Amino acid sequence: MPIKSPFFARTSALCNSMNWKEWAGYYAVSSYGTLHDPEYFAFRYSAGLLDITPLFKYRVKGPDAAAFLSRIMVKNIHKLGVGRVSYCCWCTDAGKVIDDGTVMRRAENEFFVTSADPGYSWFSRFLRGYDVVLEEISEEVAGLALQGPTSRDILKQICDADLNNLKFFSTVKARADGFEIYVSRTGYTGDLGYEIWVENEHAITLWDAIMSAGKNYDIRPAGLDALDVTRVEAGLILKDVDYFNALYALIDDRMSSPYELSLGWTVNLDRDPFNGQASLKAEKENGSKWAIVGLDIDWPQLESLYAKHGLPPEIGSHAWRSSVPVYISADKKYQTGYATSGTWSPILKKNIALATVEKKYENIGNELRIEMTVEHKRYTVPAIISKPQFFNPERKTSNPNSQSDE
Amino acid sequence: MSKKYDAIIIGGGHNGLVCAAYLAKAGRKVLVLERRHVLGGAAVSEEMYPGFTFSVASYVVSLFRPHIIRDLELAKHGYEVIPMDCSFLPLPNGDSLARWSDPQRSRREIARFSRKDSEIYPEFGKVMTHMGKLAKAVIDYPAPDITSIKPKELSNLLRLGRTFKDLGPDLLHLNTKLVTMSALDFLDLWFESETLKAPMAVSGIIGTFQGVRSPGTAYVLLHHYMGQLDGAFRSWGFSKGGTGGISMACARAAESFGAEIRTEAPVQQVLIKKGNAEGVVLENGDEIIAKTVISNLDPNRTYLKMVGEKYLEDDVLKEIKRFKLRGSSGKVNLALDRVPEFSCRPGDGDHIRGDIAIAPSIDYLEKAFDQAKYGEFSTRPYINAVIPTLTDPSLAPPGKHILSCFVQYAPYNIKEGAENWPKYREAFGDTVVDTMAEYIPGLKDSILYRQVLTPWDLEQKMGLTEGNIFHGELSLEQLLFQRPIASYAKYKTSIPKLWMCGSGTHPGGGIMGAGGELCARSMLTSRSI
Ligand SMILES: Cc1cc2nc3c(=O)[nH]c(=O)nc-3n(C[C@H](O)[C@H](O)[C@H](O)COP(=O)(O)OP(=O)(O)OC[C@H]3O[C@@H](n4cnc5c(N)ncnc54)[C@H](O)[C@@H]3O)c2cc1C
Repeated sequence: MPIKSPFFARTSALCNSMNWKEWAGYYAVSSYGTLHDPEYFAFRYSAGLLDITPLFKYRVKGPDAAAFLSRIMVKNIHKLGVGRVSYCCWCTDAGKVIDDGTVMRRAENEFFVTSADPGYSWFSRFLRGYDVVLEEISEEVAGLALQGPTSRDILKQICDADLNNLKFFSTVKARADGFEIYVSRTGYTGDLGYEIWVENEHAITLWDAIMSAGKNYDIRPAGLDALDVTRVEAGLILKDVDYFNALYALIDDRMSSPYELSLGWTVNLDRDPFNGQASLKAEKENGSKWAIVGLDIDWPQLESLYAKHGLPPEIGSHAWRSSVPVYISADKKYQTGYATSGTWSPILKKNIALATVEKKYENIGNELRIEMTVEHKRYTVPAIISKPQFFNPERKTSNPNSQSDE
Repeated sequence: MSKKYDAIIIGGGHNGLVCAAYLAKAGRKVLVLERRHVLGGAAVSEEMYPGFTFSVASYVVSLFRPHIIRDLELAKHGYEVIPMDCSFLPLPNGDSLARWSDPQRSRREIARFSRKDSEIYPEFGKVMTHMGKLAKAVIDYPAPDITSIKPKELSNLLRLGRTFKDLGPDLLHLNTKLVTMSALDFLDLWFESETLKAPMAVSGIIGTFQGVRSPGTAYVLLHHYMGQLDGAFRSWGFSKGGTGGISMACARAAESFGAEIRTEAPVQQVLIKKGNAEGVVLENGDEIIAKTVISNLDPNRTYLKMVGEKYLEDDVLKEIKRFKLRGSSGKVNLALDRVPEFSCRPGDGDHIRGDIAIAPSIDYLEKAFDQAKYGEFSTRPYINAVIPTLTDPSLAPPGKHILSCFVQYAPYNIKEGAENWPKYREAFGDTVVDTMAEYIPGLKDSILYRQVLTPWDLEQKMGLTEGNIFHGELSLEQLLFQRPIASYAKYKTSIPKLWMCGSGTHPGGGIMGAGGELCARSMLTSRSI
């Protein structure tokens, strides 16, 4: 039985579709309206407001906080400046990814960590010897994601943070009307956007303030269905969809290294020991088996398959998340991998997917074949390997008075 | 003169009935002879009080083999199992722990006792899923004979070996631990909270005369996990109409294939001529001839009563006498005029619709065992209770309920000797009611009728020697190719043409149907029938 987030009184009043799902033990809105499209367009053209309370949240505090986090994360957290945020994953000894999330340095010795799976037990296995306190604050702190081109203008009105100068992947403490919030310039839409963290008791006040400030900026509450489309467009992988937590995966084949998830850029290998280091070093040397790539699925060919059946292309507006075979040729003789999620991108007018393929086929521009079912029949259509970040607007990283900064 | 059957099955327990159905389906003429007026043995439903149908002995099911349901079309004959959603542990201090099939809900419940345990719980589940893969290899085939070099035996052994090997070194290592460790030591490898470990550890002692700290009990824990993890059956469930519903479905299936079933037909002994089983003699003196005889009774009864010592070789006799039965559990069934309400979590919510464990701590369980070691029943026993009427209202009049309590420890051999159990029966019943009433304050006022079954009663009423619920302990030396005894383990006995199909054979106790099926298959494939 899921529980209610502190925003439930508001979200439930607005959720006309009654379309909910369970997210990490919370009730979460899939879409407020019967169709999620307006919520998607809010993310891309104005602003969408999403309840992200179900994320697991931790406070890591103490003189050794950076050392402790560097010990468990694949990234060297010592190098993370105060007020900066890092996207990270953490691994088993065998270098297989357990989960991914963000690490925010709120002060020299204080960090805020989010994760998708509960991580307390695993994190605390490594506490020994460090002068640090690990606290789970998942059910004490609520979160909202305000994402979209007008998000900055909205947020400016409800808090005193210097948002014009707050850079992509930075975080700052701010005052709203009578209470404190943390703002980070992060999100899961690949757009300009913020995540806002607040003590539960002020959650409703925060929601109301943002919604009313957003009125003139076409704000809309948005659900997970719309988010799912944006995150595929942004090439952001999702646990339990594009990969599995290595601690729970039943077989080795279901485990992935950061390199195999194309997260190699998050790994800092040459430094003090961290979990999975030896295995990751070896993998770096010997090469990885898999890579996650973007697939740009040939639209004219798909169109012609539908035409063969006398149909216009029927592509649902939902992102899909089922495993679809990817072959190297139309004869289906060799399956090189599988797509794990995909969507029709309304903004790019492209049919796109995220896929795990053998490393040797990962080069941008390579042509593979993806299975497509049209009118109960299975075909393949060409799929061109591309960067997973299909959509990457300048506003995501830019600041009003300066150049883009990543 | 009696007509000639291909097989006579002594005992209409669910295994005997499954065996009959398989043989009849293969075209054999089969006769089942049941001593009692009802079928089912330990899987039996009886109206013990007007309007109330009790699952008199066994009360929940999970291990029953899914392929038997398909083979015998049991669904058509009334087999229906409704899964349980919750395991509930009320605590004496007013707290409680409920574990649900919803993983996030369980996580939150467990986190109140240990945040670490709550997160490790799914990892434990993953490992047990791997271990559960063994279940298929172990349960669904006759135990391999390690002394044989026949190709079939070798392939059986190989399959088992391969399944073990597939576990990989870590799990293999763990498996070795599993068969040698105590249930508690095994759980200690993962968890820190006693409140979580106690109700998990009890799976390791059910039906054994062992404590949660006794070596070897980890294996029994797995035995109970197997059903839970087998693909088709995720968890324990309630059989519609009580566990007798399963037996009745098997009986109807057997009859649909042409088997003949007689109740109130107690067998006196197996008819042995020139060393071979040739039929049976009923208690009323009737002789019935058959080409083969199959015993659904426990090994002790089969060899010592149905056959008799004079037909047994010395070695076999020794082995049978060594076979451990030593029942350790009893059963108290209550008819209630209302829903029992737990003070720690009031209401008739989903938490009391699954199984309810009275196992508040490890020490509580060990103390309960300590008393049993010295020939007393536990004054505060481990109880596994269910209220089946909340799931299956057909079992009692509207608004009325049944509280079924499986109780451990109640040693068969109490101090003054097992035959003195009747003197203590009501005191034993009082202990169970008193224990439950500590959690359900209104219990005593709501009892309309109470049925108390001591191990002695299980023996007298159900024919379970020493009241052992599994026809013999599930200890390692009595399992696989050693069940019931090393020299005759493959459903054969030392008497030619006499076979065994009950829980005393591989793969052991519980409502599984496996013994019945595997016995029938062994007979058919070896053309012994
Ligand atoms: C109190 C209790 C609780 C249990 N709880 C569970 C549970 O919840 N879940 C679970 O899976 N398992 C449980 N079990 C175990 C399970 O019930 C048994 O392992 C299983 O039912 C045994 O089936 P069987 O067919 O092998 O033997 P039995 O059911 O013992 O059948 C043997 C049959 O032979 C008959 N018989 C005996 N002597 C003669 C004779 N001389 N002539 C003719 N017939 C004779 C008996 O009357 C009986 O019908 C429990 C057992 C008990 C006793």
